[in-house]
Amino acid sequence: METPLLEFFNVNYTYHTISCETLSLKDISFKLYKNEFISFVGPSGCGKTTLLNLVAGLLPITSGQILLKGNSGTNSDANIGYMLQKDHLLEWRTIYKNLTLGLEIQKKLDSYHLSIIDELLKTYGLWDFRHAYPRQLSGGMRQRAALIRTLALSPDILLLDEPFSALDYQTRLNVSDDIGSIIKEKGISTLLVTHDLAEAISMSDRVIVLTKRPGTIKTIVPITFSIANRTPKSVRNTPEFNQYYNKIWEALYDENEDFNS
Amino acid sequence: MKTKISTPDVPSLEQQQYVKKIHRNHLLIRIYQILLFAGFLTLWEVSARQHWINDFIFCCPSKLAQTLITMTSDGSLFHHIGITLYETLIGFVIVIIGSLLIATLFWWNETLSKVLEPYLVILNALPKSALAPVLIVWLGANKTTIIVCACSVAIFGSILNIYTGFTNVDSDKVKLIETLHGNRFQCLRLVVLPSNVPNILSIMKVNIGLCLVGVVIGEFLAAREGLGYLIIYGSQTFKMSHVLLSILILCVIAMLLYLILQQLEKKLIEYF
Repeated sequence: METPLLEFFNVNYTYHTISCETLSLKDISFKLYKNEFISFVGPSGCGKTTLLNLVAGLLPITSGQILLKGNSGTNSDANIGYMLQKDHLLEWRTIYKNLTLGLEIQKKLDSYHLSIIDELLKTYGLWDFRHAYPRQLSGGMRQRAALIRTLALSPDILLLDEPFSALDYQTRLNVSDDIGSIIKEKGISTLLVTHDLAEAISMSDRVIVLTKRPGTIKTIVPITFSIANRTPKSVRNTPEFNQYYNKIWEALYDENEDFNS
Repeated sequence: MKTKISTPDVPSLEQQQYVKKIHRNHLLIRIYQILLFAGFLTLWEVSARQHWINDFIFCCPSKLAQTLITMTSDGSLFHHIGITLYETLIGFVIVIIGSLLIATLFWWNETLSKVLEPYLVILNALPKSALAPVLIVWLGANKTTIIVCACSVAIFGSILNIYTGFTNVDSDKVKLIETLHGNRFQCLRLVVLPSNVPNILSIMKVNIGLCLVGVVIGEFLAAREGLGYLIIYGSQTFKMSHVLLSILILCVIAMLLYLILQQLEKKLIEYF
């Protein structure tokens, strides 16, 4: 059995304020294998973003263990790419300068890494815009630029925190299809956090449903489709899609009792 | 660099009329502004000549012009202007560099900023003219005192404003740098400072004026040259034309300094 890229063992996370402490994530265990795409869905405030922050090492876990490529989080050489909700392109830098930001920070501005960026720019239709400023690009293009900025560092694991939620519905479908295909094609292991069940189902190999706070794993739904060459767009028309949708919706529905009563 | 929106080669009649109307409106505003000023000068001159007001106390535009010509031809006016400008600019540079450094230090060390904040607030609210006599006793009646006086007027507010700008940087932009494994210094250089350029420029616009105020306060008390000295000296010897001319020149200097910074802001703001 191959070593998973990422393993969570009974991870807990508590955050503290002056007035109280809040258990945010409780007893989270799962494994992410190479080329796998896992989505997390759950009610607002269940700690989805916190979970990604733990993987990225931005927050220290309270207890439990996180293994990256079989090593504990702090001394692993795993490279993690994190794509935030908004594109956060820096307005005062050209697109090209924005894409090299990560390389600049990690002092990897060499011809090898720059050629990766050039390649990505050409593949994803931003080559002609490399000297433009972010404000001159459409929302979808900006989001693709943000993805290239993340991919430029050749991450082993990609973390996506509601990366499409800032886009309008139509752009969102196109961009998620776009980015879903890019990720599949490059074989990057991905964790996606989203509120959009359809988005989660259309892109993932597994969907993990979290309960309301403290977030625990309620159920893990493996997603498989009978059609060949699945893309985020094509699977939306399959009968399985609706079944998965209903199944996950029901699991979530129990968690949203507060709203229903 | 702005996106070009394609327009037909010849604008439509409506467009031409619209542009014309806007231009005419701008022109009218400028004409009214000039008329207002000219009217004020005329009224002043006429009142003095008709003895409605005492021109020994209130002076009049023709006397001002005369003084301007005499002081220009013997060069003394330029000397005083030069001194005041020099002190203002030195003070301004010290204020900007100093407040940037201190605000950065505060951003770096939150405890330090929390400890010092109440003191800064008090120093900022303190009427700085109250400090000037103390500064003269401590530092002597010289240029240093005047420059310190200029700095004291502007620096505390400047530190507070720049620091507020630093802390208001979008926390997700800071997180972005962290996700790319950047350290705190890179965060400062790549996100905090550049995103604060507009804020810093507008603080500079306020501070150049405040520095001028500080210099004039200082010159009132501790100078043998400069426009502030000219005002005090003129009022004590009843040379009202000296006083009013100096005030007028101070207006012009304040406006010019502001305009220069505004142009700089316009040039830079496009990129932020």
